[in-house]
Amino acid sequence: MANPPSRKVLGRINLYYWKHENLGRGLVTGFGIFLAGLTLLMAGFLAVKGLSTFLVDHVSPLEFLFSTKWSPDADVPAFGALIFIVGSILISTLALLISTPFSISTAMFVAEISPNLGRKVLQPAIEIFVGIPSVVYGWIGLSVLVPFIRRSFGGLGFSLLAGSLVLALMIFPTITSLAADAFRALPTDFREASYALGATRWQTVRKVLLPAAMPGILTGVVLGLARAFGEALAVQMVIGNMIRIPGKLTDATVNLTSIITMDMGNTATGTPWNDVLWSMALLLLMISFLFILLARTTGQKRRSLK
Amino acid sequence: MNLRKITALASIVILSLAMVLTGCQAAPSATSAPTATTAPTTAPTSTTAPTPTASVTTDPGTTAAPTATAAPTATTAPTKAPTPKPTATPVPLSGTLISAGSTALQPLAQQAATEFMALHSLVSVTVNGGGSGSGLSQVNSGAIDIGNSDVYASEKLPADAADTLVDHKVCVVGFATVLNPGVTGVTSLTQAQLISIFTGVTTNWNAVGGPDLAIVIINRPASSGTRFTYDKYALNGAVEATGIALTEDSSGTVRSTVASTPGAISYLAFSYLDATVTAIGFNGIAPTADNVKNGTYKIWSFEHMYTKGTPSTLEQAFLNYMVSTTFAPQIIALKYIPISQMTVLTH
Repeated sequence: MANPPSRKVLGRINLYYWKHENLGRGLVTGFGIFLAGLTLLMAGFLAVKGLSTFLVDHVSPLEFLFSTKWSPDADVPAFGALIFIVGSILISTLALLISTPFSISTAMFVAEISPNLGRKVLQPAIEIFVGIPSVVYGWIGLSVLVPFIRRSFGGLGFSLLAGSLVLALMIFPTITSLAADAFRALPTDFREASYALGATRWQTVRKVLLPAAMPGILTGVVLGLARAFGEALAVQMVIGNMIRIPGKLTDATVNLTSIITMDMGNTATGTPWNDVLWSMALLLLMISFLFILLARTTGQKRRSLK
Repeated sequence: MNLRKITALASIVILSLAMVLTGCQAAPSATSAPTATTAPTTAPTSTTAPTPTASVTTDPGTTAAPTATAAPTATTAPTKAPTPKPTATPVPLSGTLISAGSTALQPLAQQAATEFMALHSLVSVTVNGGGSGSGLSQVNSGAIDIGNSDVYASEKLPADAADTLVDHKVCVVGFATVLNPGVTGVTSLTQAQLISIFTGVTTNWNAVGGPDLAIVIINRPASSGTRFTYDKYALNGAVEATGIALTEDSSGTVRSTVASTPGAISYLAFSYLDATVTAIGFNGIAPTADNVKNGTYKIWSFEHMYTKGTPSTLEQAFLNYMVSTTFAPQIIALKYIPISQMTVLTH
């Protein structure tokens, strides 16, 4: 493009340059700005709606965050969301604990042990996992997992355990893909140096590659956690939505997303009850932002490591 | 290059700030809008306050007309109800109606809309779900024409907002206590027994004549219209204990959960009853449409369609159709009860 074939000039605007550079660049920039704006707009909307609980309805933020008393329909309503917050944290953390070992192992296998089999069989399988709609996970959980837990471990079947298992399956592909990418991104020098020192393949993977890929794996874990926190439908179908903090794994519980989806349509806009649900949504968004920030900082560590 | 980046960044910031600001302004204005519009409408509502009940009782009789007439004007003509100008101008009904809210009423409203549009080719009626609360807030803010609700507007909306809405009772729906089929030997429970179960005092079926099996309560969410009605009429307003009951989002999931969970008890609208769950009586009275009609079975409620202020001609025509004798067979087919067949209208 050093010598463009023609140079039509309209006033001060170079038409050739406009058509072949500005138009495309402008379009792409426009879409980018639109999306960035949309994100901010949603955040702003959620903030306005969510904060009205505290500013308009005068619910104390401390009560919202730290009280377990949830009785929005009582004569003197109480809006403590701690049970839901704890429920969300427990289910997501447990899902992560179940999922991470599987994910990292699978990533190691796909990226290091058998890239061929990994590419041909495991990678497509993981991609299929991503594509399964969450209602399907929930439905399978409800019709297979819940009765299984009821028979094997007692209780009602609807439980913290059921929710965590379903979620673990759902975040597995996210963590695996990102962890596998982290392994693949490592320079070949690492492997060769390790082999040159006489290490076996497992020693190389375990002692050299795993620590080196750790920041990338952590990014995957954090993004998996973010997904787990925000997942609503599948979890809601299997945790039983019992408004209490679970005492054991087979107890039913409830989380933030479930109470939002259950009550959102049935409460009227502008009522304190409805506003509190918005506050919970805002809380979810803030947690998600926090996770993304965390994922980005761990990602940056990787870059500085190189 | 740097300059370009800076301008791009600056524009993003400015644009998003502007968007957020408009968002901020839009949100309060949306809430303040109803109050602004209430001023003109409050007057008619207060004067026409008794009309909803009036229309309920008079309409079924008068609306034999629409069947015979293809000319839609006849539908509007016989309305003694609160149409502002009861002129029989021979203009066919036209326009768009949007209705949303209660999912319990949705199938029936959808059926009515389909038939109403077949009668009036220039009319378009859309029926959406979303829940009673959502339907009421939307009709209150003017986003839709008719808000469907399982409960009275005053139960969901602040009093000043509820006062601007006009209630049209369109049918009656009965609710039954349902048990997992594994709970044998229990065919009816008294109010005292139900209260005892739902407040967590009675925890085993053998206390009420059933097998030695733990009771598992399955609730609807606290905001649900079904739960509200059940609490009010079956449990006499007793506060259900939280933390001992599972909660299911919809009547459909309640049914499948009751069917699959041993010892489960819950409640469903008649329209959701099937062979997978056992419906039992209340105070010895079986949950049948006939018992609701003659007033012996107490767990039922009205389904409401709310309009903002006095309904327009089109809205009134649709509301009339909902309670007409033409539509009554559809109401019965979908296991609701036409108001015209009720011998009692209070609990």
